[in-house]
Amino acid sequence: MTTDATPTGSLLAALVERVTAHADDELVLGHRDAEWTGHAPLLEEDIALANLAQDEIGHAITWYGVRSGLDGSDPDRLVYFRGADEYRSSHLVALPRGDWAFTMLRQYLFDAYETELLARLARSSYQPLAQAAVKIAREELFHLRHSQLWLERLAYGTDESRARLEDALAAAWPLLPQLLAPMPGDAELVAAGMWPAPVEVGSATVDRVTGTLTALGLRAPPLADGQVVERHVRQPPELGELLSVLQSVARADPEAQAW
Amino acid sequence: MVTAVTGQDAGTQATGVREAAVWRALRTVPDPEIPVVDIVELGIVRSVIVDDAGVAVTLTPTFAACPALRVIQDDVAAAVAALGEEVRVTTSLHPPWSSDDMSDEAREKLRRFGIAPSDRHGGLIQIALDAPVRCPRCEHPDTTVRNAFGSTLCREIRTCRSCGETFERFKPI
Repeated sequence: MTTDATPTGSLLAALVERVTAHADDELVLGHRDAEWTGHAPLLEEDIALANLAQDEIGHAITWYGVRSGLDGSDPDRLVYFRGADEYRSSHLVALPRGDWAFTMLRQYLFDAYETELLARLARSSYQPLAQAAVKIAREELFHLRHSQLWLERLAYGTDESRARLEDALAAAWPLLPQLLAPMPGDAELVAAGMWPAPVEVGSATVDRVTGTLTALGLRAPPLADGQVVERHVRQPPELGELLSVLQSVARADPEAQAW
Repeated sequence: MVTAVTGQDAGTQATGVREAAVWRALRTVPDPEIPVVDIVELGIVRSVIVDDAGVAVTLTPTFAACPALRVIQDDVAAAVAALGEEVRVTTSLHPPWSSDDMSDEAREKLRRFGIAPSDRHGGLIQIALDAPVRCPRCEHPDTTVRNAFGSTLCREIRTCRSCGETFERFKPI
């Protein structure tokens, strides 16, 4: 059964946390992608990264809009006036853009995760979420194809491109469990059919990613077993640095009606 | 023969006339990124509701992050307000827009403008992505993707192997 009725109480709080975490992931990744504008190694890729950034930030606006429908929050206030530790984004998306191999590998990991998440979120019992997931999943198809093709190019390009891809994997892989980690209110959300079980999304993501890496002759390091990983931990300093750029104009004149 | 028109029928007729006028006005609103097509033939007008309170128009974006949507909302509001109507413009993601929603007329206009339209795919987007695309200049089917991302979110860049033309294709979605 689906509903567009706003949940209440602890269910509402849990849903707001989840939707915010996903919106924050999209926003922060979009900002990192946008840092390539004017700096990408090829003109085509400069355009591609600007497109990806625009998509991810646009998707973030969509998710913040879903949150707004839940609690009446103002997306601009959330984006420009929260501190780093109020953000719920994953550590993976906060890392600096690094080299091209890291940018593409990180994008691929996030695209793979989002593909598995959105396929399940499209069946959410909370209708505004399901509708946004259906729309965004169609667009994410282009992202996944793009980043996966780049993994192939880097893996079979030159010794240097392969070495850089392996370095990127070593840097990004340990952060994957935190992206896939559960949040405190998840059990209630899953029981209500509003959000897919993180363990299910997580194992589908790891299967998908491992399949791609294996086909490229790359070996993903084993994920640390039994280690407790949480979304709710202190944000890395890199997020604070990113936000100081992202928020500087808005905070220079908080009362401004338009910039 | 003169027929008597009851109050209710007259109201229904008047509403029908107003609604037709709104649709005509919407046909004058171009897509700001592809000004040769209007928003009705592009298929992004989801509904027009005319009643005593005024006119409610619902639009859907081609891509969720489409930056042109704000401009289109303003243009729609202005075009309908020019009819003397109170107008409310809202957006909805559901049902999601598909390139299948574009009319045949719009496809032909795109082609003449130099943008290859996507064939209707009926939801088989993965297949449509790899299907042959005809060059809008020489109509040769041997064209290849140069960049999956183009000047706007909804387009990719291709090159024709026959005539060498570089052109854009409206993505199948």
